[in-house]
Amino acid sequence: MAETQTERARERREKPGESPAEYLERYGRMRLIRRFEQEIHRLFLKGEVHGTTHLSAGQEAVPVGVCSALEPDDYVAGTYRGHGHALAKGTDPEALAAEMLGRVTGVCGGRAGSMNVVDLENGLVGCFGIVGGSIAAATGAALSAQRQGGVAVAFFGDGASNQGYFHECLNWAQVFALPVVYVCENNFYGEFTPMASVTAGGEIGIRAASFGMPSRVVDGNDLWAVREAAVEAVDRARGGDGPTLLECQTYRHYGHSKSDPAKYRPHDEVERWLARDPVDLARGRLLELGVGDDDLAAKEAEIDAQMNRAVEGALAAPYPDPHLNSGTEFKE
Amino acid sequence: MSELEFRQAIRDALDEEIERDTAVVFFGEDVAAAGGVFMTTPGLQEKHGSDRVFDTPISELAMAGAAFGAAVTGLRPVIEIMFGDFMGLAMDSLVNQSAKFWYVSNEQASVPLVVRSAVGAGGRFGAMHSQIHGTWFQGIPGLKIVGPSNPADAKGLLKSAIRDDNPVIFLEHKRLYSMKGPPPTEETVRLGKAAVAREGSDITIVSALRGVRDSLEAAEQLADDGIDAEVIDIRSLRPLDHETVLESVAKTNRVLMLEEAPRVGGWAGNLLGILTAEGLHDLDDAWIVATQDTPAPYSPTLEDAWLAGGREVASAVRERLGVAAPS
Repeated sequence: MAETQTERARERREKPGESPAEYLERYGRMRLIRRFEQEIHRLFLKGEVHGTTHLSAGQEAVPVGVCSALEPDDYVAGTYRGHGHALAKGTDPEALAAEMLGRVTGVCGGRAGSMNVVDLENGLVGCFGIVGGSIAAATGAALSAQRQGGVAVAFFGDGASNQGYFHECLNWAQVFALPVVYVCENNFYGEFTPMASVTAGGEIGIRAASFGMPSRVVDGNDLWAVREAAVEAVDRARGGDGPTLLECQTYRHYGHSKSDPAKYRPHDEVERWLARDPVDLARGRLLELGVGDDDLAAKEAEIDAQMNRAVEGALAAPYPDPHLNSGTEFKE
Repeated sequence: MSELEFRQAIRDALDEEIERDTAVVFFGEDVAAAGGVFMTTPGLQEKHGSDRVFDTPISELAMAGAAFGAAVTGLRPVIEIMFGDFMGLAMDSLVNQSAKFWYVSNEQASVPLVVRSAVGAGGRFGAMHSQIHGTWFQGIPGLKIVGPSNPADAKGLLKSAIRDDNPVIFLEHKRLYSMKGPPPTEETVRLGKAAVAREGSDITIVSALRGVRDSLEAAEQLADDGIDAEVIDIRSLRPLDHETVLESVAKTNRVLMLEEAPRVGGWAGNLLGILTAEGLHDLDDAWIVATQDTPAPYSPTLEDAWLAGGREVASAVRERLGVAAPS
């Protein structure tokens, strides 16, 4: 029994993409998202980030685990809590930070801001300020992906599972066997309202069954669990066997947006989730897998330096010039 | 040369563009196997295959959203939202995704997408199948809104819309589908440009879609009274070609706008605003003939009274100009 388990563990480690070194990279990406959100939080309080912003700290394992299963040409659609989606898919942190700061070097030249980032070069078809919009964008991208051998992923929250987008698009994707993975980041609160008080049927994952679509409910704070489920779903999509719904249960460390101190969440619930911080969990798991403390510290220093450079670069960049950068309504 | 029916013009434009560009796909409710509820698209699936032409669920929001996602990743979708009245369901994706993408993405890519719908009253379809949704979208930057008034323009405008790199809302008036007219002389018709449908010197009548036919009919009646009306087919609600109208008004000094919708919130009011701001010195008179401020009614007597036709337009002009009606 023990021998079989060891063997299984070894087999898994030897599969492509499963080495500790690769997980160290993914841990680094998770830390990058965490550091990014901390910096945006700080810059918001300093008045450098305008309007509002929705931070994804606490949810890093979901985009990193899912995007680790994708190819560079695959498509991702994210949400207004989308900094992690962009960074996990490969968006340059300096260009993303500059976008938050409204600078001309932003990934969208300062036209998009925090909620509406687009980075087509990295397959990010958009982040959407309307709850559920990402579901449709990925469904449409999957129409293209079906012809290109690719896969599309929609990230969305628990709140979006009560939108028409969710029900219409999941039915559509199953009917046409589209290569799409629907990733629900269930953080248990739709804005300020507990998910359970406005969502019938308990788990969101089971909703897929009514469309005949496979689904998994996943520990969204466990990078390994997310990646395993994502690899299976992406393989299914790429193999022509249609869509999958993944419900990744996770928790946001900040409030819904910058105006929300999240006082509606019970203290013990917050403590319970903070004790299962996905970045800490990944670090602990890497130590168990034999990755040295030195290697982890080196990776952390590398990421922190990258983030510091990104913020410095973004802060040094100019604002767009209304005379030069006002743009056009239509493509000519 | 034989005449072209409006619905055939729509079908020919789709057929030729699907043939011409492998990125073009066409989908909607009942468009493929059934050939469309107004029989505008029969045979397209048989000819081009179910990868290119297919039926969808009755899910207008998913349809518009899927078209957006497909359009930013390499396809050029044409979708049919069967009746324009259903566009409320598709609105979020069109307004917040397709319309904004080119600008907000800092011009990383545009959204080559066409949304066709049957619109307009007079068919006894009742309040939820008779609206013209063009003006619902007229204030949204990033959307083009066009509609033909004759078969030649139907073909040329639709082909241009499909080749255009921006999202285009395409309005097909259901009381034009059976209209026959000369086939187009040019391959495409430029989007955003109004057309002078009839030259005249005494008054300019501006309308769109079916209203252009009614305006031309009114112009013929007015000619018997010695009033020489110029008729302009606005053809595009966004961009709105006020320059062609200003040129006409400089000649006629009077303008009547005929709109198949209530006056407040319509394109005619928008146009009148621009004309007064930029052409007041040329204007002796300007007014709008619109529908009543109620939803479109069902009963033939009510609907006919709700709509202004050629005769109503002619009598409105006579009254305004102080010309006695023919006895």
